[in-house]
Amino acid sequence: MKRRDFIHLSGMGLGALATSGLVMMGNPVSAEQLLEPGMDPAAKKVLADIALNAARGKGATYTDVRIGRYLRQNVSTREKNVQNISNSETFGVGIRVIANGTWGFSATSDVSPDGIKSCAETAVAIAKANSKLQKEPVVLAPEKGHGEVTWNTPIKKNAMEVPVKDKIDLLLKVNNSAMDNGVAFVNSSLFIINEQKYFASTDGSYIDQDIHRIWPTFSVTAVNKGAGGFRSRQALSAPMGMGYEYLDGLAEDKIMNPAGFNSYKNSYDMVEDAIGAAKHSKEKITAKSVIPGKYDLVLDPDHLGLTIHESVGHPLELDRVLGYEANYAGTSFATLDKWKSGDFKYGSDKVNIVADKTQPFSLGNTGYDDEGVKCKEWDLIKNGVLVNYQAIRDQVKILGENESNGCAFADSWSSVQFQRMPNVSLKPGTEKLSPAEMVKNVEKGVYILGRGSYSIDQQRYNFQFGGQLFYEIKNGEIVGMLEDVAYQSNTQEFWNSCSQICDKDDYKFFGSFNDGKGQPSQSSAVSHGSSTTRFDGVNVINTGRNI
Amino acid sequence: MAILTKEEAKKIIDKVLSYSKADEMEVSIFGGKTGNIRYARNTVNTSGETNEIRLSVNSVFGKKVGSSSTNELDDASLKKVVARAEEIAMLAPENPEYMPMLGPQVYPETATFSPATDKITPDFRAQLAMDSIEVTSTGDLTAAGYLEDFSGFVASGNSKGQFGYNTSTSVDFSITVRTTDGTGSGYAIRDFNDVNLLNSKEVTSIAMQKAQASANAQAIEPGKYTVILEPTAAGDLLSLLTRGFDARSADEGRSYMSKKGGGTRLGEKLFDERVSIISDPFNTEIPTSPWDGDGLPKQKTTWVENGVVKNLSYSRYWAEKQGVTPLSGAGGFGGGGFIFSGGDESIADMIKSTERGVLVTRFWYIRAVDPQTLLFTGLTRDGTFYIENGQIKFPVKNFRFNESPIIMLNNIESMGKPQRVGGSLIPPMKIRDFTFTSLSDAV
Repeated sequence: MKRRDFIHLSGMGLGALATSGLVMMGNPVSAEQLLEPGMDPAAKKVLADIALNAARGKGATYTDVRIGRYLRQNVSTREKNVQNISNSETFGVGIRVIANGTWGFSATSDVSPDGIKSCAETAVAIAKANSKLQKEPVVLAPEKGHGEVTWNTPIKKNAMEVPVKDKIDLLLKVNNSAMDNGVAFVNSSLFIINEQKYFASTDGSYIDQDIHRIWPTFSVTAVNKGAGGFRSRQALSAPMGMGYEYLDGLAEDKIMNPAGFNSYKNSYDMVEDAIGAAKHSKEKITAKSVIPGKYDLVLDPDHLGLTIHESVGHPLELDRVLGYEANYAGTSFATLDKWKSGDFKYGSDKVNIVADKTQPFSLGNTGYDDEGVKCKEWDLIKNGVLVNYQAIRDQVKILGENESNGCAFADSWSSVQFQRMPNVSLKPGTEKLSPAEMVKNVEKGVYILGRGSYSIDQQRYNFQFGGQLFYEIKNGEIVGMLEDVAYQSNTQEFWNSCSQICDKDDYKFFGSFNDGKGQPSQSSAVSHGSSTTRFDGVNVINTGRNI
Repeated sequence: MAILTKEEAKKIIDKVLSYSKADEMEVSIFGGKTGNIRYARNTVNTSGETNEIRLSVNSVFGKKVGSSSTNELDDASLKKVVARAEEIAMLAPENPEYMPMLGPQVYPETATFSPATDKITPDFRAQLAMDSIEVTSTGDLTAAGYLEDFSGFVASGNSKGQFGYNTSTSVDFSITVRTTDGTGSGYAIRDFNDVNLLNSKEVTSIAMQKAQASANAQAIEPGKYTVILEPTAAGDLLSLLTRGFDARSADEGRSYMSKKGGGTRLGEKLFDERVSIISDPFNTEIPTSPWDGDGLPKQKTTWVENGVVKNLSYSRYWAEKQGVTPLSGAGGFGGGGFIFSGGDESIADMIKSTERGVLVTRFWYIRAVDPQTLLFTGLTRDGTFYIENGQIKFPVKNFRFNESPIIMLNNIESMGKPQRVGGSLIPPMKIRDFTFTSLSDAV
């Protein structure tokens, strides 16, 4: 039995309810404690300097220190009941050094001068021990020190400050609204994260960041017991780098989509979406089963984000390309020779994909990455051609560059930072085009919304994606709902079939709140912006079966 | 090290229980050491070891529950953690599904702990990685592997007199070997409680052979094929069945175990009559902890017998609501590994009797497509071979499948001797009409 299975048993009498705090890897605390101020930046600087000096004293040529306080709140409900409220806090320090040209890392929850000094010394000892196995010394791209700086997620309402009661009231209202519209089952949840991260390095940076993320979500299930069968519809919300203001449901952030109901940009109306979900899940039970074949796909940003994530985001992670993830997530079809050729057509001329950690309200938005590099935007695919990867300080030299992309991340003070996917977004079309106008030009197509089943091979060639909602398009009109839809394609073929992209007025975020990578696995959060996009002649299969 | 003896753990738990002012209280202590080493491109990239101990308290007033935990075990910290849990409980809303705590239970001993695994050192891990890298780097091969070991204990007691203590160890090792030209890839994985059973060199050599044999794969048309699934591949799909054995979702009409018109499919013959599935915490090859997440003692349970569904799992809450006896099932059949009936054919025999088929090493990126039919999609990976007239002819490009394990378990041709895969005992299986829907260029 693995540790994670074993730890579950420590909540013996209360099952999942009691162990949720443990699973979140923090110590359960009260909601009030989440509002207590963390350690003062000046005190953190004193501790960080102890680590930097201790490591240097033992022979480190580079050191970075991350003092992190990670706060999480999760409220979950089911129909008329609150299932779980958990608040957790974890606080500690992670120290990474280069000694003898080799990385060493150590972490401790003992954030005292002695604890930090000893942790720094351990990191150096590990680096020296590992250096015996090192083939080439680590070379870091230069990064100038930023001095003492701060960066905060631009939130309007700190979600941790909203009383738990208000959150429960909202979720139970969501559940009741769905049940009033004829469904039997609803699960709804609210996940809130606040990372208070302090970074210091021997480059002369002392960076204090306060980062917020929020994800309201639900799943509604309609059951037809008589005929047998059930269908679910999940929320069309996106996890965001925002405060509680995301739940304001402002009218100006609603976009009427071609299927005749609202999609949401930077403000989400959870109750309205739940009412829609109840109607949709009932409609799905009797919807027409798709006839397999080639269709033009019109993909809503709520759906396309995951396709971007899997077929562009992951294959362009440089560590994957090089083989560091071979035993787990896999490698990549987007090999260095394709990039070096300078003419590898990843997609059609219309496809421009950028990476960034700078877009406001996105999950990846931070001022500096976990190596103290100032965050920026850069091109991955330009006019359809592969032009770059995602790389961090010890990797960019492989690409002949001398500046990190600023996309290193660690999911905890206790985890070592490594290259993680930043926001990866499809740029909107430059010509005026709305989703409704796009649909008008499609003869035989499917309009797809929401995140569904997704699977892709270990080099990111072949994928199959489902969705939450599928609408049949015939001669420029949406004629009804479809079910049992999934599309299968090859990454390069798919992106080369991209024929139209709606303009910036339709641009919005999709988000992945828990993206896994590495062994032991680390979780990160990332957004993908896009506008509604058309792909021509994609293979659609029917996933219905009789058992 | 953070492993407390049963007596030490009980003493601390009793002390914490004495601080309680709540209607009910439960205390648990978890402690352990987790170590790992990861290598890729024939070199070690990360290694580490974490020691941890955590005491958690659940305090209950009526149906209001509060939790708190600490990693400091001095008296002041213990008093503080109790006070904190009680304070949180007072503020919590009622949980209508809360079940009163259990009284004393009898938990039999299970053989989950191996002293050898407990004694694994950083040097052992480094040596294992070096052994593997040494062999692979002599040929035109590249190795990427990961070893994780765990040794720990859990103790739990409550104000109604329940007490349980268990120690456990585990070791998981996986390796991917690729040819340096990127045209071949092989994989092997093993998991044990006792590290003495792990022969890392043998595992490495299997991955090497598969890498070399799978190089320069040819494309064949997707479609329905007879497949021979090695135990890892069979386990990838069979483990997906467990989701349906929860009585509550079946009763609610939202599981493949739900019956048309209401009720469940308990008692129905859903699979080939050679299919039997049991869970047994006392099986020496796959021992698991003696209790489940509900605190109930685990027992040997038959889930499927000769293709007929014999049991569904009932949580304490759902059992009371339905007027039946609770049956442990959290996390799958019996809250631990399961044992799948096998047969006596070897993989070699299965190949010999196959006119046209595909041998599969493992599956990858498996995702649910339709929970009503338990349809899943995913891909083959790291060693897929075409069989014709009783012989392996050549490596083939990987396939995407769209298949349901329920359909698969009605299309069994033959099965072999079960072996441990991911904590369960899984046989190699020969299955007819397995649905491959497209080809992948991935190696």
